[in-house]
Amino acid sequence: MTPDEIFARCRSLIAEPPGSVASRWRAAHPGGRAVAVYPVWAPAEIIHAGGMLPLSLLGGGTSVELTHADARFQSFVCSIAKSTLELGFQGHVEGIDGFVFSNICDVARNLSAVYRRNFGDVVVEYLHLPQNSTSPAVVPYLASELRRVARAFEAAWGLKVTEPALAASIAAYNALRARLRALYALRAEAPHRITTPDFYAVLRAATLVPAEDAIEMLDPLLAALPAREGRPRDRLRVVVEGAFCEQPPLGLLEVLEDAGCYVVEDDFLLGWRWFRDDVPDHGNPFLALAAAYVNRALASSTRHESREHRADGLLEKVRRARADAVIFMPAKFCEPALFDYVLMKQGLDRAGVPYMTVEFEEKMWTFERTRNEIETFVESLMFE
Amino acid sequence: MAQPVTERQYQGIVHQRSRELMADWMGELARAEADGVTTGATMISGNCVELLRACHVLPMFPEVVALQNAIRHRSLPLILKAEQAGYSSDNCAYVKADVGLALDGGMGPGTPIPFPSIVVCNYVGCNVYVKWFEHLADISGSRLFMLDVPFARTDRLEDADVRYVVAQLEELIALCESLTGRRFDIDALRERLALSVRAQDGYARCKHLTKRRPAPFDAYFDSINMMGPINVLRGTVEAAEFFDAAVEEFERLAAEGRGPLSEERFRTVVEGPPPYPYYRSFRNLFTRWGAVAVQSTYSTVGGIWEFGFRHDPRRPLESIAEQMLYENLTNRSIVARYAQIKRYVEEWEADALVIHSIKSCRLFSAGQGDMREYFTRELGVPTLLVESDLEDPRYYAEAQIRNRVDAFFEALEHRRLVAAH
Repeated sequence: MTPDEIFARCRSLIAEPPGSVASRWRAAHPGGRAVAVYPVWAPAEIIHAGGMLPLSLLGGGTSVELTHADARFQSFVCSIAKSTLELGFQGHVEGIDGFVFSNICDVARNLSAVYRRNFGDVVVEYLHLPQNSTSPAVVPYLASELRRVARAFEAAWGLKVTEPALAASIAAYNALRARLRALYALRAEAPHRITTPDFYAVLRAATLVPAEDAIEMLDPLLAALPAREGRPRDRLRVVVEGAFCEQPPLGLLEVLEDAGCYVVEDDFLLGWRWFRDDVPDHGNPFLALAAAYVNRALASSTRHESREHRADGLLEKVRRARADAVIFMPAKFCEPALFDYVLMKQGLDRAGVPYMTVEFEEKMWTFERTRNEIETFVESLMFE
Repeated sequence: MAQPVTERQYQGIVHQRSRELMADWMGELARAEADGVTTGATMISGNCVELLRACHVLPMFPEVVALQNAIRHRSLPLILKAEQAGYSSDNCAYVKADVGLALDGGMGPGTPIPFPSIVVCNYVGCNVYVKWFEHLADISGSRLFMLDVPFARTDRLEDADVRYVVAQLEELIALCESLTGRRFDIDALRERLALSVRAQDGYARCKHLTKRRPAPFDAYFDSINMMGPINVLRGTVEAAEFFDAAVEEFERLAAEGRGPLSEERFRTVVEGPPPYPYYRSFRNLFTRWGAVAVQSTYSTVGGIWEFGFRHDPRRPLESIAEQMLYENLTNRSIVARYAQIKRYVEEWEADALVIHSIKSCRLFSAGQGDMREYFTRELGVPTLLVESDLEDPRYYAEAQIRNRVDAFFEALEHRRLVAAH
C-alpha cells in the first residue's frame, strides 16, 4: 500500500463508531472480547494477553449529538466525557464488552461510575494508577493492581492472562511503540513528508486494532515515507501540548499547518506510546509493566512525577524536536492540562521559548478565529 | 405561605467554642516559624492529621484558608490575581484563591501564616489535590510528599491498597523525623487516635441526633462548626472535649424539642459543598421555607463516622490507612455516594434531596445530573439541583437560585396539601 492509501484507510477507520470496529473484530475472532480504554494510559498488553482486543475510547467528536449525556453531566464538564457517555446511550459502543477508566481526573473518575450504573450489561473496570513516583512500595502495588484487573476479566469472561502470554503481549506492544517512535522521529526530521492530520489519523488508527495489525500498517509507511515527495516550506516548528485526552478535530490540525506550523512533537494519543523505551522482556511481566509505568513513562499532566519538574519534560521535547515554539492546546474544561499550563509556561518563559494557547473542544467546527491567531503568532516569530 | 419561619438565633457553645478553637489553631500556625514548630500542609479529605501531630508536625489546611477567605468575601481579588498569573477561569477556584495569596508570599485568612515546612499531599480521591500541592510546593519551595491513596474502586477494602498506604505512612514518618529531629513514638500516635475516637464518637452522636423531629441543628449549615474540629483538630484533647460538649448541648436541645428554626417544615438531605461567598444568603433561601438539612454529604468529606467506623489505636497505621482508603466521602465513587444519600433519606426521614452543584469541584459535581435522575426517577425522591460555586462569587446568581428554590418548595408544599386531602 502507498502512504496515501494507508492514510485513507486510517481516516476511514477512525471515522467509525468504536462499537462497529469492535464488532468486526469479534466477528473474526469468535469467543474474543473487546475492551475499550478511556484516555490516557491503560495496560493494553493485559487485554491483548487475554485474547481480547484493546481499543481506544475517545469520545464522539462531531459524530454524536448530545441528547442524554448533557442531562447527566453539567455544562462545565469537558466534551469528551459527555460524548463518551452519549456513545453508550445511542448504542455506538454495542459490540464492546468492557471498559477501562483510570484516575486521570475527577470527571473521568465519576464517568466511570456513571457508565457502570447506566450500562449494567458490560464490565467497567476502574484502574488506580499511582501518583507516588518514588516510594519503594509503588511498583509492587501497581503490579497487584494490574493483576486485579486481569482477574476481573477472567472472572467476567473466563479469559485468563497468563504470565507467558503477557510477556508476549509486552513484546508485541514494544514493537508497536518502537514503530511509533520511529514515525515521530521521521516526522521531526522531515515534517513536510506527512501532514499533521494524516499523521494523527495513522496514530489514532493504531489504537483501534491489535498491535500486530498496527505494525502491518506502519511498516510499509515507515519504509515509504523517507522517499516521499514533498517540498519543505518555511514554517514554524512547534510542539503541541495539552491534547492528550479529548481529541482535537482534524480541521483544527489542518488549520495549524495552514497557518504556518509544522507540528514536530505532540502529546496526541500519549497512552499508546507511553514508555520512553521498551518495557523489559525478562522477569515477572506484571512487575515489569508496573516498573515501566513508574520509571519509563513520558511526562504527562495526568501522572505526578516528583523526580522532574513539569516544565522540564516539555523543554526536553522542545530541545529534542528542535522546535521553535510551543502551542498549548488544552481542551475546554480540562483541569490537568489547564493547571499544568501555568507551570509549563513559567518554564518556557525562563528558557525563552515562545508559546501560545489554543483552547479547543472536540465539537469545534469553525476555525477562522484560531487560524488568525496562529498566523499572527507565526508571523510575529518568523519575521521578527 | 403560612406563618413566616424564623431562625433561632443560635449562638451556643458549639458555635462559640468552634470559633475559639479554630482561631487558636490559626494563631499557632502564625507563630509556628517564630516558635520553631514544623508545619505541614495537608488536605481535608481522608487526612492523617493524628499522624502528623504525633510526628510533631502542626497541620495546616489550604482548603480551610480558601474557604475562610471566601466566607469573609475576600476570595475574588485572590482568584483574579491567580488568573492574571495564567490560571484558567475553568480551574478550581479554591486553588486559585490560595495561589493568589501565596503569590504574595504567604498564607492565612486575615492573619498571615508562613509557608509550610512540608507539603503532604494526601491524594484521596481529588485529582486537583495533586495539582494544588504541586503548585503550592513550587511557589513555596516546600518539600512535597505525595501520599497516594488508591481510589475505592471495588466493593471491599483491598489488602494490597492497605499495605501500599501503610508503607507510604512509614516513609512519611521517617521524613518527619528527619525534618523535626524528633523520634516518632507509636504510643504517642495511639494516644492521639484514642482522643480522635472520642471526637469521632461525639461527631457521630451529634449527626444521629438530627434524626429527631425537629433536628436540633442544621446538618449542612451548622455542621461547619463541627467540621473544623473533626477534620483539623482530631487527635487533640481540645477536639475530644469539644465534641463531649457538643453532644451535651444537642441532646439538651433535642430533649427540649428545639431546632434551628421556629418551625421545621421540610427535612432535606443536602449534597455538595456550600457557596461560601454567599453562605448566609444561601441559608436564608431555605430558612424561609422551614427547610432544615437533617444530613449532608459535605460533612463527611473528611470521614464518614456516623456509620460506625473508628480508628483503632491497637492497629494505628492500618486503621489510618483504612480510613483514608474507604471511610470518607471523597475516595468513594459518585454512585457509592448515591447509596450514602439513599440511606440518609431513609433513616433520617428526609422529604427531599437538595444538590448544590459547584463548578470548582468536579469530584463532587461531575455527574450530579445522573444523581438527580436516580433519585427522582428511580426512587421518587423530590430533588432540587442548583448550581454556583464554593469559592468564586461570580458564579452565584441569587435571583435564579432563589426562583428555583422557591418553585421547588412550593411544589413540595402543594404535594403535601394534596396528599393531606
